Amino acid sequence: MGCSSSSTKTRRSDTSLRAALIIQNWYRGYKARLKARQHYALTIFQSIEYADEQGQMQLSTFFSFMLENYTHIHKEELELRNQSLESEQDMRDRWDYVDSIDVPDSYNGPRLQFPLTCTDIDLLLEAFKEQQILHAHYVLEVLFETKKVLKQMPNFTHIQTSPSKEVTICGDLHGKLDDLFLIFYKNGLPSERNPYVFNGDFVDRGKNSIEILMILCVSFLVYPNDLHLNRGNHEDFMMNLRYGFTKEILHKYKLHGKRILQILEEFYAWLPIGTIVDNEILVIHGGISETTDLNLLHRVERNKMKSVLIPPTETNRDHDTDSKHNKVGVTFNAHGRIKTNGSPTEHLTKHEWEQIIDILWSDPRGKNGCFPNTCRGGGCYFGPDVTSKILNKYQLKMLIRSHECKPEGYEICHDGKVVTIFSASNYYEEGSNRGAYIKLCSGTTPRFFQYQVTKATCFQPLRQRVDTMENSAIKILRERVISRKSDLTRAFQLQDHRKSGKLSVSQWAFCMENILGLNLPWRSLSSNLVNIDQNGNVEYMSSFQNIRIEKPVQEAHSTLVETLYRYRSDLEIIFNAIDTDHSGLISMEEFRAMWKLFSSHYNVHIDDSQVNKLANIMDLNKDGSIDFNEFLKAFYVVHRYEDLMKPDVTNLG
Amino acid sequence: MADEKDREEIIVAEFHKKIKEAFEVFDHESNNTVDVREIGTIIRSLGCCPTEGELHDLIAEVEEEEPTGYIRFEKFLPVMTEILLERKYRPIPEDVLLRAFEVLDSAKRGFLTKDELIKYMTEEGEPFSQEEMEEMLSAAIDPESNSINYKDYITMMVTDEN
Repeated sequence: MGCSSSSTKTRRSDTSLRAALIIQNWYRGYKARLKARQHYALTIFQSIEYADEQGQMQLSTFFSFMLENYTHIHKEELELRNQSLESEQDMRDRWDYVDSIDVPDSYNGPRLQFPLTCTDIDLLLEAFKEQQILHAHYVLEVLFETKKVLKQMPNFTHIQTSPSKEVTICGDLHGKLDDLFLIFYKNGLPSERNPYVFNGDFVDRGKNSIEILMILCVSFLVYPNDLHLNRGNHEDFMMNLRYGFTKEILHKYKLHGKRILQILEEFYAWLPIGTIVDNEILVIHGGISETTDLNLLHRVERNKMKSVLIPPTETNRDHDTDSKHNKVGVTFNAHGRIKTNGSPTEHLTKHEWEQIIDILWSDPRGKNGCFPNTCRGGGCYFGPDVTSKILNKYQLKMLIRSHECKPEGYEICHDGKVVTIFSASNYYEEGSNRGAYIKLCSGTTPRFFQYQVTKATCFQPLRQRVDTMENSAIKILRERVISRKSDLTRAFQLQDHRKSGKLSVSQWAFCMENILGLNLPWRSLSSNLVNIDQNGNVEYMSSFQNIRIEKPVQEAHSTLVETLYRYRSDLEIIFNAIDTDHSGLISMEEFRAMWKLFSSHYNVHIDDSQVNKLANIMDLNKDGSIDFNEFLKAFYVVHRYEDLMKPDVTNLG
Repeated sequence: MADEKDREEIIVAEFHKKIKEAFEVFDHESNNTVDVREIGTIIRSLGCCPTEGELHDLIAEVEEEEPTGYIRFEKFLPVMTEILLERKYRPIPEDVLLRAFEVLDSAKRGFLTKDELIKYMTEEGEPFSQEEMEEMLSAAIDPESNSINYKDYITMMVTDEN
């Protein structure tokens, strides 16, 4: 009796044990595959981000190329900047930039009182929480005053911590205001007892770059010894043109936006290069190279580093007087006005420029040695040996840097010597990553604090977050694919000997990787990107089925459309630079000349007559000028509707 | 014979590429190593479903003599290739999964209460961690009835994966 009942009990608990095992095993498998999909999505975002940065660097060489060949620069547009007394210049500038703008009585936004106090910080935070916009007068005043104070500061700020005064280090914010609010909420506002270091990349990509910049600058003006700003690679007006900050400003400040952009250009260059904590921790935005020379970097005139896209001219020697106008010291300012600078000493030497680029653009990697950062196109990849060498050379213990998005908001590598800190949560997409900050105190190990801004009141299950991320990533990947349709089709057809319209997954992956230049797990992604038949073969033309480029005009040849779509960001920047009177219009002549240069430099084979035809069509007024913003807006992609909709399964949970 | 050998070589080559892709996604420092804690995820992302116990043994196989916390690709590749070739650790078919739930639902109600699910998942088999439990509950439990209708749940999960 006892025996039989207990054996049934044992049998039953055996089966329930096995049942539980099955469910657990299955669930863990499911969760792991979700996690893998999340990582794939992140890899896609990152590859494309870095490929874009590479494109940006390519633009830099194009500009040099263009300057050497583009002889249509209107000589009358060239301004010679004189070296006047600084204070005089400042006074004159102040009127130009700030005082000439009135704040109307009807303005309901925050009004700052100079000299600023912590009340103004609170005022700004409250106002921005209500999504108010700070009046341009105050924006300019803040930037102007901040620049004045920054000018007094050395390239590297040295700070000391103590048990009662820890310093908090934050990484990239990229215009994500909610993250800054969350940091201040968790960690307190900046003050003498609560110092902060913001390690660059405050702007671009997010939609509140100017608000973040204002909060940081105002805090800096109130606590100049306890709020430290390091320059990032996005504190660069050329980067802002491509990555959204310029657009944000021109959109929020329709009247005075251009003035703000103008002052930003100089403001950025005065941001310090880095911070050194307790003489042992180096905090910089990107990284180092094996040739990093901290002594040189302490000495260099950092304000001459205007933009990563404006490399120093090869020589600082004079040629003839003519070339002095065209070559030596020709730069673009924020709204494209080409100007010359009076003397060659307005520039950094090539070596100095490269040193700063390394600091702002490099990434740590596991492999020993120092290699050019081919992904981004600037700076280098530095290995653990380089870290040891440089840290030892300057008797430092640790390098804290940012620049790379990490799923957990931070990452430690190189045997604990390098820490990456990234403070923009959900950077690529809702749910893509956490943000983090570090609290440092001499004598203790650094403490990490993580967070994630969530939109919904209840946290979405992992599956939905991964779905969102994945859809987003696949979408932008498809945009890449369609922008190379002609090249890809040719590559596919070359491999398709039997003209069957099908390739093996391997062949398809090979073509995708080669043409797109993106190192992605193509095989794992294939089911999301193409149709695969029962035999496991890829119907390669289905790579293009879910998306198309909207043709602005019917007559335009598809290859031309594709090329213009592919390079639209670059073209936008180039057009802006050419548009010397910033009217939004360029002449047909300028368009043709620029296009010729562009196509030869980028090796783009488009018939001249086709481009001419297109330009003629785009010249809607038939007055010989092209509105290039309209021109570029005409190129956009259309995703197939059904693909974006997933079945709504939230009811179940 | 020669053909068959060719075919096997091609299959192995394809497996190698697949494994490399899955591995590289987790190789954050680009030095052909991954954190040992990611190995489970990598193996499962390749379509295999080892239990925790089996995973433990696999890790022992690919670890260094003196465990470093990192797994090298050179050690992982041959082991993973063999798993794929032998089709080991096949995923659980839908009907087996359903029957497992039915076993736990002794009263044959068609659902399990939240408490029952928690009890089974955290006390039996290879127990869930708190995180795993919360994660499963967030998607599975109908907040109104505080229970999981497992048939619907399975259907949803399976559709989602496809």
